Amino acid sequence: MIYADNAATTKISKSAADTMYSLMQETWGNPSSLYSFGQKAKEVLEKAREEIAAVIGADPKEIYFTSGGSEADNQAIRSAALLGAKKGKKHIISSAFEHHAVLHTLNKLEQEGFEVTLLDVHENGIVLPEQVEEAIREDTCLVTIMFANNEIGTIQPIRAIGEICRKKGVLFHTDAVQAVGHIPVNVRQDNIDLLSASAHKFHGPKGVGFLYAGKGIRLDSLIEGGAQERGKRAGTENVPGIAAMATALKEAAAGMEEKSARTKALRDLLIEGLRQIPHSALNGDAASRLPGNVNFCFEGIEGESLLLLLDDKGIQASSGSACTSGSLDPSHVLLAIGRVHDVAHGSLRLSIEDDLSEEEIGYIVQSVKEVVEYLRGFSPIWRDLMAGKKEFIL
Amino acid sequence: MALYSEKVMDHFRNPRNVGVLEDANGIGEVGNAKCGDIMKMYLKIEDDIIQDVKFETFGCGSAIASSSMATELIKGKPVSEAMQLTNKAVAEALDGLPAHKIHCSVLAEEAIRSALEDYHKRMDS
Ligand SMILES: Cc1ncc(COP(=O)(O)O)c(C=O)c1O
Ligand SMILES: [Zn+2]
Repeated sequence: MIYADNAATTKISKSAADTMYSLMQETWGNPSSLYSFGQKAKEVLEKAREEIAAVIGADPKEIYFTSGGSEADNQAIRSAALLGAKKGKKHIISSAFEHHAVLHTLNKLEQEGFEVTLLDVHENGIVLPEQVEEAIREDTCLVTIMFANNEIGTIQPIRAIGEICRKKGVLFHTDAVQAVGHIPVNVRQDNIDLLSASAHKFHGPKGVGFLYAGKGIRLDSLIEGGAQERGKRAGTENVPGIAAMATALKEAAAGMEEKSARTKALRDLLIEGLRQIPHSALNGDAASRLPGNVNFCFEGIEGESLLLLLDDKGIQASSGSACTSGSLDPSHVLLAIGRVHDVAHGSLRLSIEDDLSEEEIGYIVQSVKEVVEYLRGFSPIWRDLMAGKKEFIL
Repeated sequence: MALYSEKVMDHFRNPRNVGVLEDANGIGEVGNAKCGDIMKMYLKIEDDIIQDVKFETFGCGSAIASSSMATELIKGKPVSEAMQLTNKAVAEALDGLPAHKIHCSVLAEEAIRSALEDYHKRMDS
């Protein structure tokens, strides 16, 4: 099996899994209990908070544990919107290719009377700081731009965008779910006020994440109940999951430079190989890109059938085709970078890590080539293209 | 749980009657690239019997499987019987399709009907 879908989720690391298991066996008390057995769990929780804060350059008091990236996105955006509304500021700036956890939250806020501006992400999948500067108005309360895109892997100029937001006095949130643990992220240097992260994207467990909120930013709680997380997130804490997230993040941060160099080399090998397939194109900027992200469109074929046949060859990947999204429209990310429907349906995302060998990269290239050729062999679109009845887009 | 039934995967992996019929006397194409599925059916009809049928499909696994199954269901059958083919019959023959994939079987029904209409048009002129 060649797992090339790390943007969807990663395998939990051995040490993170061990952390979880031993806590479940030995330190299973409730951190809110006052006896020492409970307080031991509380210590574990606070140590994890410190470790996570240290990795992203935050203060432990600025870290709030959540059930994952989606919850952190929801809470960050809702909190900033509420703060804005109190001052009569109801305008939010974001981008067209955010994750649905952000976009759907923004849709709801629109229904509640907020105005949302979605910035264009251009053909290369990058928002320019100037766009943010131009879009900021007197009544803007929040700018939310993702650190790196989950489908095409493009890394945004976060530091420069954050600087503009600071200058203009507007809160800045970034969905850093795909970035944390993979590329350097530092909330101070990068001028970030609010940041979302998710453990299962960096070899931690699923269903755990965190929200960083800079000092003085009052969070609104999505879940009411007990006073956990300083009253901002009720519910008995997932101590094993949170501690495992800290273990995984420390590990990811420690090995990041080396791992990222190896991953990038494999990624570029994969891109070079896939470029050889006629009438194909890389999606998203080739340089400002996550170390493991490869995303291509192949003209004349549909993504789901490509994925199923790659699965038969032992390769796990994903696609932005309509048939994999459950709607009739292909991925909003591919449409946002200007891919028309015809080719957006034929997309393939391979998100790799450094555990693959060069031989395995070669096998992926060969397999994709074979499957694309096979599917084109009975595609009526491909026939029309080859017969000159239709013009090639790619 | 697998996404598709064994039957769907079998027809997807080994599509029956795939390709083009050079001497087709009924051709139908339905769907569009916008929604992600296009099916083209080629029929060779003689003495009111579907002697041969082939298809080409751009689409997902269930679109390819539905096309393949639809061709099997009408091959060797009288035209009048082929006209009665429903998407339900295609989906049932495939041991069912996921709810959001039913449109693929509808497309297969429409493709067959469109090819039969083309045949009738050619006969009339
Ligand atoms: C960019 C981005 N944001 C948010 C999420 C949601 O994270 P989670 O699955 O932890 O809720 C994901 C993961 O799918 C993601 O890639
Ligand atoms: Zn389909």
